[in-house]
Amino acid sequence: MTACLTTRAPEVDIADLVQDDKVHSSLYSDPAIFEAELDKVFNNTWVWVGHTSEVPESGSYKTAFIGRQPVIVSRDRKGDIHVMLNRCRHRAATVCEGKRGKVKSFVCPYHGWGYALDGELRAIPKPEEYQGVLDKKDFPLVRLRHETYQGMIFATFNPDIQPLEEHLGGAKKWIDLFMKQSGGYPLKVLGDHRFRFPGNWKIQLENTTDAYHFPVVHKSFVSSLDDQTSKIFDFLDGPGFVEDLGNGHSVMVMIPELVDLDANLDAPIPERFKDFAAELECEGYDDAQVRRLVRAVGGSGFNLNLFPNVACSMAFFRVLRPVAVDETEIHHVAIGGDGAPAAFNQLRMRLHEHFQGPMGFGTPDDAEAWERVQKGSRAGDREWILVNRSLGRLVTSPDGNTAGSVCSETGMRAAYRKYKQMMTA
Amino acid sequence: MSTLRAEVAAFIDLEADMLDFNQYREWLDLWEPDGVYVVPIDRETEDFANTLNFAYDKAEMRSLRVARLLSGDAISTQTTYKTVRSVSRLRILAEDGDTVKARCSQFIAENRHGNLKTYPADVTFTLRRSGDGFRMVEKVVRLLNADHHLSSIGYIL
Ligand code: FES
Ligand SMILES: [Fe+2]
Repeated sequence: MTACLTTRAPEVDIADLVQDDKVHSSLYSDPAIFEAELDKVFNNTWVWVGHTSEVPESGSYKTAFIGRQPVIVSRDRKGDIHVMLNRCRHRAATVCEGKRGKVKSFVCPYHGWGYALDGELRAIPKPEEYQGVLDKKDFPLVRLRHETYQGMIFATFNPDIQPLEEHLGGAKKWIDLFMKQSGGYPLKVLGDHRFRFPGNWKIQLENTTDAYHFPVVHKSFVSSLDDQTSKIFDFLDGPGFVEDLGNGHSVMVMIPELVDLDANLDAPIPERFKDFAAELECEGYDDAQVRRLVRAVGGSGFNLNLFPNVACSMAFFRVLRPVAVDETEIHHVAIGGDGAPAAFNQLRMRLHEHFQGPMGFGTPDDAEAWERVQKGSRAGDREWILVNRSLGRLVTSPDGNTAGSVCSETGMRAAYRKYKQMMTA
Repeated sequence: MSTLRAEVAAFIDLEADMLDFNQYREWLDLWEPDGVYVVPIDRETEDFANTLNFAYDKAEMRSLRVARLLSGDAISTQTTYKTVRSVSRLRILAEDGDTVKARCSQFIAENRHGNLKTYPADVTFTLRRSGDGFRMVEKVVRLLNADHHLSSIGYIL
């Protein structure tokens, strides 16, 4: 593995700015803190870069970012996955553009250096000029350490970091549950919605475990649902909970009945999925298959926040990318079943379009609220962001973790504790 | 200018005007019941049903979208209640019986929080003759930046 040098940000003393019950507004707007975050958080931990289904065969690639650094996820001839810096070893041009695709090799557009799918430098125009100057084997694309769990690919700049599974720890149980929503087929990425909002990345990070905003911000989404479904989304006074899973990860269970999608398979088919069930029956699926697909199609009843950049959010992956201190890009990655009935994947995409993305019935309102947070956080010079809700009513979960009610700010506190630890290390 | 082109241009201008002036209920009446409104992510695809889109609205979703925009409950619609769009470069692609397919360019400007932003797009209409006018069978808005990130869009493109 080639060592990677990254610019060191100026030291910022973050200890006073992140407290157990509040965080300072400058965390949203101080450029020096942002630089330190890239260095100490994003360049120093496991960062989600993709799902294995996005690079299904030899020659498949996708592009991604770790913090501000562009990377390529590729699958080589032997079927092995690589995560590499998207940067030519000659004079730095990106060697690959576009979201996803298929190639035989990566050829730099500037002077034509050619790299194999595993990053090895294979071809240099006019090689005689490099005789005695450079040996190709010393200049592969810079490869990063990467590991996968349940198809989720994470990469890191930190060669000494603990194994991915240890890092995920208590979150693994919830990832396993989340993966049940592909209805018995291998989980597959179906596409993604991409949008940006003019605000800090942590505003989105917090939002993934913020049930409190749902009935306010998403009133117009709830109004667009049938009665039965809108009752399901009325979870604020329900038995849901937020649990601190350690390492900055947390889970917010909104709809406890939809935690385990393999359970309750004989429950009545919800009104809104009756047409879908009938369509599957017509296509010859037996009762057990129909029930399993119906149960899975709407996704899980929880949001799992994985610090720092990805969430398994009810029915999709939510990926965040810090662009600048006050600019964040979000991808809402739709998922379905590889080889599942067309009707299943179609319905999953239609449900995704209903809420998610820049034209969904939910996301634009979230983005508007976040933009207002960024704007308002500039007011005052001693003001704090409160994350203290339910601090007086915490319990210990059956798994031994700190937990609060579904609308508690337990998940935000979990993320900020890890954040503080990394930023002050 | 041929009569057909003039007729189609008049219809497309009317549709654009309705959307710019939030006459969403009247806009719903411009549709055939089986019509589909699509804003694809993949500019190349024609198989919209089997692809993830920004919007893929059949009649029910169209009326839900309109209800949401008119409800006043969605905060994103409050900051972009007004758009200005211009449609031009109209070309008739095909005419088959009572169905016409046409393509034009569309520039939409929005003003959110004082930031002026534009969304250029190619728009394809499939229109069916109905009485003395047309009804939409399909409207596909292929944004120039569909493959990249957008910002939130609290109106109809
Ligand atoms: S920068 Fe890539 S070949 Fe020169
Ligand atoms: Fe939300």
